Amino acid sequence: MSQNPEDALAAAAEPRPAATGSPFLQVRELRVHFPTDDGVVKSVDDLSFSVDRGRTLGIVGESGSGKSVTSLSIMGLHKAGTARITGEILLDGQNLVGMNPDRVRKLRGKRMAMIFQDPLSAMHPFYTVGTQIVEAYRIHNPVSKKVARKHAIDLLDRVGIPNPTSRVDDYPHQFSGGMRQRAMIAMALSCDPELLIADEPTTALDVTVQAQILDLIRDLQQEFNSAVVIITHDLGVVAELADDIMVMYAGRAVEYSSAADIFNTPQHPYTWGLLSSMPRLDRERTERLQPIKGTPPSLINVPEGCPFNPRCAYAGTNGNLSFTVRPEFRDVGGGHHIACHLGAEDRMRIWDTEIRPKL
Amino acid sequence: MSTQTDGPAAERRLGEDLLVVDGLQKHFPIRRGLLQRQVGAVQAVDGLTFSVRRGETLSLVGESGCGKTTTGRLLTRLIEPTGGRIQLDGRDISHLSTSDMRPLRRDVQMIFQDPYSSLNPRHTVGTIVGAPFRLQKVQTENGVKKAVQDLLELVGLNPEHYNRYPHEFSGGQRQRIGIARTLALRPKLIVADEPVSALDVSIQAQVVNLLEDLQNEFDLTYVMIAHDLSVVRHVSDRVAVMYLGKIMEIADRTSLYERPMHPYTVALLSAVPIPDTSRRERRERIRLQGDVPSPINPPSGCRFHTRCWKAQEVCKTTEPALVELAPGHQAACHFPENAA
Amino acid sequence: MPATVITYIIRRLFAAVVLLIIVSMVTFGIFFLMPRLLGATPETLASRYVGRAATPDTIRDMARNLGFYDPLYEQYWRWLKGIFAGADYNYGSGIEHCPAPCLGYSFRTYQPVWPDLMDRLPVTLSLAVGAATLWLLGGITIGTISAVYRGSVFDRLAMGVSLAGVSLPIFFTGLLSLSIFSYGLGWTAVGGSYTDIADDPGQWAYNLILPWITLALLFSAQYARLTRAGMLETMNEDFIRTARAKGLAEPAVVVRHGLRGALTPILTIFGLDVGLLLGGAVLTESAFSLPGLGKYAIEGIVNYDLPKVMGVTILAAFFVVIANLVVDLLYAVVDPRVRAK
Ligand SMILES: Nc1ncnc2c1ncn2[C@@H]1O[C@H](COP(=O)(O)OP(=O)(O)OP(=O)(O)O)[C@@H](O)[C@H]1O
Ligand SMILES: Nc1ncnc2c1ncn2[C@@H]1O[C@H](COP(=O)(O)OP(=O)(O)O)[C@@H](O)[C@H]1O
Ligand code: SF4
Ligand code: SF4
Ligand SMILES: [Mg+2]
Ligand SMILES: [Mg+2]
Repeated sequence: MSQNPEDALAAAAEPRPAATGSPFLQVRELRVHFPTDDGVVKSVDDLSFSVDRGRTLGIVGESGSGKSVTSLSIMGLHKAGTARITGEILLDGQNLVGMNPDRVRKLRGKRMAMIFQDPLSAMHPFYTVGTQIVEAYRIHNPVSKKVARKHAIDLLDRVGIPNPTSRVDDYPHQFSGGMRQRAMIAMALSCDPELLIADEPTTALDVTVQAQILDLIRDLQQEFNSAVVIITHDLGVVAELADDIMVMYAGRAVEYSSAADIFNTPQHPYTWGLLSSMPRLDRERTERLQPIKGTPPSLINVPEGCPFNPRCAYAGTNGNLSFTVRPEFRDVGGGHHIACHLGAEDRMRIWDTEIRPKL
Repeated sequence: MSTQTDGPAAERRLGEDLLVVDGLQKHFPIRRGLLQRQVGAVQAVDGLTFSVRRGETLSLVGESGCGKTTTGRLLTRLIEPTGGRIQLDGRDISHLSTSDMRPLRRDVQMIFQDPYSSLNPRHTVGTIVGAPFRLQKVQTENGVKKAVQDLLELVGLNPEHYNRYPHEFSGGQRQRIGIARTLALRPKLIVADEPVSALDVSIQAQVVNLLEDLQNEFDLTYVMIAHDLSVVRHVSDRVAVMYLGKIMEIADRTSLYERPMHPYTVALLSAVPIPDTSRRERRERIRLQGDVPSPINPPSGCRFHTRCWKAQEVCKTTEPALVELAPGHQAACHFPENAA
Repeated sequence: MPATVITYIIRRLFAAVVLLIIVSMVTFGIFFLMPRLLGATPETLASRYVGRAATPDTIRDMARNLGFYDPLYEQYWRWLKGIFAGADYNYGSGIEHCPAPCLGYSFRTYQPVWPDLMDRLPVTLSLAVGAATLWLLGGITIGTISAVYRGSVFDRLAMGVSLAGVSLPIFFTGLLSLSIFSYGLGWTAVGGSYTDIADDPGQWAYNLILPWITLALLFSAQYARLTRAGMLETMNEDFIRTARAKGLAEPAVVVRHGLRGALTPILTIFGLDVGLLLGGAVLTESAFSLPGLGKYAIEGIVNYDLPKVMGVTILAAFFVVIANLVVDLLYAVVDPRVRAK
């Protein structure tokens, strides 16, 4: 990293309302590496971003791009000893990397909370939904079971579970998929966290239920004014929710900007690839989809230079640069960051003439 | 109908009906009590009528549990229907025994959703893709190995992958292996159950394109099961929307996406997230409340009435028939939208 | 839901009765045929019941009285009927009534079997319950610690020892501990004594501690391995991650969420083990000369004493069946998903 991209990121967030002081969550040069028998898996490699209270950051990327590893690092949920984590994760100014695990534990569930992809396996099958919410609440709040139960019922009601007074005693398997995800959200919100991370919260759900859950997250964020990180592989989902979007590829950020910029003037070839490969209901039907060729790289042997070069149609545009030099993640104007060697003119030209017309 | 119905089917010549389904029904019995008496049934599929022409792609869409997979398993006769008829190429296959079905297995093949669990991890790619030849005792010109390698090449895999194991492949590649296996015997009809749902967008597009190329090359007929409405619009000639074991609406693609008639279809379409932030504010949303009711006790009258925003008294008592409201466009609703 | 639970229990009980009848038939068949295959006749069998100076006539009368000339199925039927309705026996010295549940008279001691069994049951019960408590606590604790500190010195040591524990025969460990702790160090009671818990609880425990430990060692080895495997699997479940994400402290995560999830398979094996042990910890009781059901069974086998063997077998089968039923019902308590089915 050359200049100070964090400053630039902060600057990008600055003009927007609700930003008070430094961002609530700030991740700087995060690296998460897993030593394995086959080699070191570089799941996250030099990642920086920030989110403020009242804002939503969408992280998009294909499977294996390091989205979940990032979120688990923030929450301090990697198993001790398996992951090598370096860099900084500042939660309201305190660095979580290297912090005493018990102190991180006390922040979990209280100041930062998480929603997982598969709500059925993420809830304990042997305890009632109520018991699990009560537990989450009582870890951080010294109240009686009765008070906590009342709180759990209120939360279930808030997330839209019908008859919360009786459903609080149901087991997770007695809930439908959408209701389980609502219950998970209720649990995550039990201590009124300032940061909410949702890792593919709707991937396991039907579109109709997905729409309900996205509405719910949006409403709750406005109500609680928390910082939200929503992780997904679906560009449609982030378009619904996110203020800012970060696109990840092979453990790195390749593009970061406001949501509107990402959809109106994307500047990175990988983002172009994602947009062109998805069929869209809001456009004329294209005769043929434009897939990105090849498959994502192994994170043990990340290609030299730009990790996207084996799949990129523009890799040869700058001589050998894409194959030899890792493009730095830089601000290309107005807080729009990309990691690509293409010059500004080339990017504009390609987007206007080759990509946009085919979407 | 508008002139916009041109699609892949326009280029392919559509033939006569290959598959005709009439009143297809599958009820799974629920048994309880001391004597295991039948006390009810999961009405997974409850009276489907549709047909698919040669070379056409019909998609089945609907929420989880509406009976899509069950329909697919009925069409491929992996399970036996409890009512109705399935005709393949003029032949009634509804109740054929396993042995009578065997020669027909060449004509009907199924692609499964999960590219991870549908391939036996202990078999090599060669064994997996070559299995249909061996099972059907088919003679191949230059031996099974050559045939399998040709198939691998056809689906975009390296013929040298012959001796590798499934775990060495990515999700997209595994799905290609599954497709190669289905293609081995040159089937007429392929039932694909969520063939791309488990794949990343960029890989999904590769597989969608592959399926289209194969259809054009071998004049295949597809029944696609999917829940992603954007993908469905891209791949289908016609689309059937299912809810609780019944068809709510069936129409050709353009007609269905541009002028949906059934309130359920309208709701499904409006729930699809659109990758365009400028739409966020403008979009008119219809939010369905609650979840799909249980298929054990489906609601009376119109099955959708518990969640329908247009429901009237009559919807609770009288089941609307699936009728043609525009040419080639059938819907089952008392108060359809966009009706002429 | 209660209605479905009740039909479920009724169905299971019905199946249990059928199973018991089959077990008793097979046992009866084996012990009826075995002496005959070894050359015994109804007379030689009957001669065990009469005095030493009996004439062939009295022996034949005896054999007839005991029904030894009747076909197998009739004898079995009489035995079965005895359990429910009682039976009358004629030993030449007059008719003796054996009230239900009558499991017949011992060929050797002329004592009715049922009261004998009831006499010995407390010994076996004490042994089984004490040992089970010890091995459950020991096995689960060791297994859990092993799983949590997987690969540590403790884990490797525990698993090594438990492998030995699983493979060593109880006779060996039993005799070894007897000779060390009782004869050698004099810390614990010498085998062969049993005091009723009602008489002197201290003495009761003192007498049983060595067999408990011996038996528990053997079983905890198996339970430790089972718990460890189950815990390793459960601790990788998504719900464990959720529990941590709530900020729950690690011990609570392990016990409340991990162990609770891993307990079900252990419960199954536990039910089976306890059921079997209640039928008589045959080897342990012999090793420590405890006057329990196991020792009673051995006496029966050694002496071709069919009624004794039948009695113990049927009681053991009964316990196994009941234990399994209890386990199945406990399943529904432990795992709410089972209740829905
Ligand atoms: N063997 C079976 N016995 C009983 N019920 C069954 C059986 N198979 C399926 N069902 C039920 O039939 C209904 C339809 O199931 P099906 O698998 O066809 O749904 P689907 O539309 O494919 O859903 P999804 O989108 O989740 O794959 C469901 O309620 C399901 O639980
Ligand atoms: N504990 C681990 N040990 C080794 N590799 C891991 C571990 N956890 C994750 N990875 C690897 O890190 C990469 C990123 O994973 P993940 O963040 O889960 O991807 P996603 O973007 O789909 O959420 C993947 O290649 C994955 O295999
Ligand atoms: S740096 Fe080169 S290879 Fe990488 S995205 Fe840009 S043009 Fe493509
Ligand atoms: S029939 Fe009535 S309830 Fe059913 S879809 Fe039409 S308007 Fe809605
Ligand atoms: Mg993930
Ligand atoms: Mg399905």
